[in-house]
Amino acid sequence: MTNENTTPVIDNADAAPPPPRRTKTEVAVAELIKAPWTAKVGLVIIITYVIAAVFAPFIAPYGESEIVGSEFELPSDEFILGTDALGRDLFTRLIFGARNTVGIAFVTTCLAFLIGGITGMLAAIFGGWTDQVLSRIVDVLMAIPQLIFALLLLTIFGTSVPTLIIVIAVLDATRVFRLARATSLNVVVLDFVEAAKLRGEGTLWLSLREVLPNISSPLVAEFGLRFCFVFLTIAALSFLGLGIQPPTADWGSMVRENASLITFGDPTPLYPAAAIAILTVGVNFLVDWFLHKSSGLKDGQ
Amino acid sequence: MNKILIMVAQRLGLGFLTLFVVSLIIFLGVELLPGDIAQELLGQGASPENVAALRAQLGLDKPPHTRYLDWLTNMLQGEFGTSLANNRPISDLISVRFANTLFLASVAAIISVPLALVLGLLAALYRNSLYDRIVNVTTLTAISAPEFFVAYILILFFTVNNQWFPSLATVDMQTPLLERLHKVILPAITLTGVVLAYMMRMVRASIINLLASPYIEMANLKGMPKSRIILKHALPNAWAPIANIIAINLAYLIVGVVVVEAVFVYPGLGQLIVDSVSKRDIPVVQACSIIFAATYIMFNLIADIVSIATNPRLLHPK
Repeated sequence: MTNENTTPVIDNADAAPPPPRRTKTEVAVAELIKAPWTAKVGLVIIITYVIAAVFAPFIAPYGESEIVGSEFELPSDEFILGTDALGRDLFTRLIFGARNTVGIAFVTTCLAFLIGGITGMLAAIFGGWTDQVLSRIVDVLMAIPQLIFALLLLTIFGTSVPTLIIVIAVLDATRVFRLARATSLNVVVLDFVEAAKLRGEGTLWLSLREVLPNISSPLVAEFGLRFCFVFLTIAALSFLGLGIQPPTADWGSMVRENASLITFGDPTPLYPAAAIAILTVGVNFLVDWFLHKSSGLKDGQ
Repeated sequence: MNKILIMVAQRLGLGFLTLFVVSLIIFLGVELLPGDIAQELLGQGASPENVAALRAQLGLDKPPHTRYLDWLTNMLQGEFGTSLANNRPISDLISVRFANTLFLASVAAIISVPLALVLGLLAALYRNSLYDRIVNVTTLTAISAPEFFVAYILILFFTVNNQWFPSLATVDMQTPLLERLHKVILPAITLTGVVLAYMMRMVRASIINLLASPYIEMANLKGMPKSRIILKHALPNAWAPIANIIAINLAYLIVGVVVVEAVFVYPGLGQLIVDSVSKRDIPVVQACSIIFAATYIMFNLIADIVSIATNPRLLHPK
């Protein structure tokens, strides 16, 4: 969504006052121009990261786990940020990290929304026993602190990327479930849903055509927040050595691998850590504005 | 009063039920483990007799429900079994480390709670001012930054550049209190940074919510001085949400220690669970998980009770 809105920014910036009927893109652009600087900064950050992730092999000067120099070389023309403990170029790994770390976090968040969103809407539509059973399961899962639960599950199932994605997605789906259920409950009691039910529409129609469009705005904002949370959890797990495993370039593990350098006053471990922080800040800035916007436009939702 | 007691009893019962289910999950989760712990410990080349002997020693030859009951009753008596990695009793490992974790969390709480209250209140009072906007941006940034980022920046400034505080928080039983405080200050500030931001935002939101209520507007229209409105009218009603906010954040604090302890090599429960996960020392991970879960549930329970007890509308549901 963010991508398609950004390209026309420049074209429309100097356009005449709004014409009587504007397309969705134009409305979005107009909103964006009025947005506070924090939201714009957030958007620019996100786009930069997406570009880095998509075009990583073209931007990075070397291969992802290619050993190109000796250990711990200082920054030079050849290696912009120096090399790591194995002689791999840090800048290259930072760029590839965008692909791996952000990519895995994004897939995990999508999966969490798929699980949580579907179960949440079904709980609201069916009500009764379905709702009770699903809600109680979620209550129990939420009673255990998320990071601790993730640690326990990773001990049991072992640390690999697919298990990591599934474990974090299931744990995070509980939060999505709560939101999807709560917002859907407000929608399913409305007359148009009742009318659709009387028309004999199936569950699929009810959830996708009647409920989903009306809960999408809080869900989109939640997607941003959840993404930050998932991203930070995966980074923390990788930092602890229990997440994404080497030789995959990943920011959390990069901080861990280079952590000892900090005691010599070498800021190397701060670069990947900053890469994590800047992206979450960017997403949070954008979501903050979006939340403000959507809560202002639709009072009481 | 009676109603409150009944409510507290109900909530406590619910809390214990949750804890029971959680213990069941933690136990059953390990049951799902593919393969056999005894086999895995001894390696592929172990003779069947050795595996059988170890199974008997670990109690794996008994049916799951007896093992669960044994595990639960032992745990209630403070016996968590023995570690697979070093054969030491887990309760010995845990008791010191849990005390250390509580110490670190308390120091962080003592710094962050009053600070959050004052700064959050100010942000709410001077809403949309420059101060409020700065607070908004900085807290949002603090929430977004991973703990280890904050931790390494602190280490860079206070250990490498200035040598004021040590970067390794290695304490033991004999460390005197002052030295302990000195060593724990950097991890505590790191934790503070994260919780403070959450707490401030929540305090600010709940105060703003309160200031929007009609009776405050009435007081304003009467021409009452602002300080009196805040202290006499707003604060008494704000304590409930604030107590709730504090309890929730303390729960978060106890769990948030995991990464911070790993950065500063602080001998706490978080460090232990991380080490045990990488060694796949399952009994220790189980024991730590249940302790973390119990603390977390307890603080959430307190938050729940406080918010219901102080709100008549929740105390007398329809």
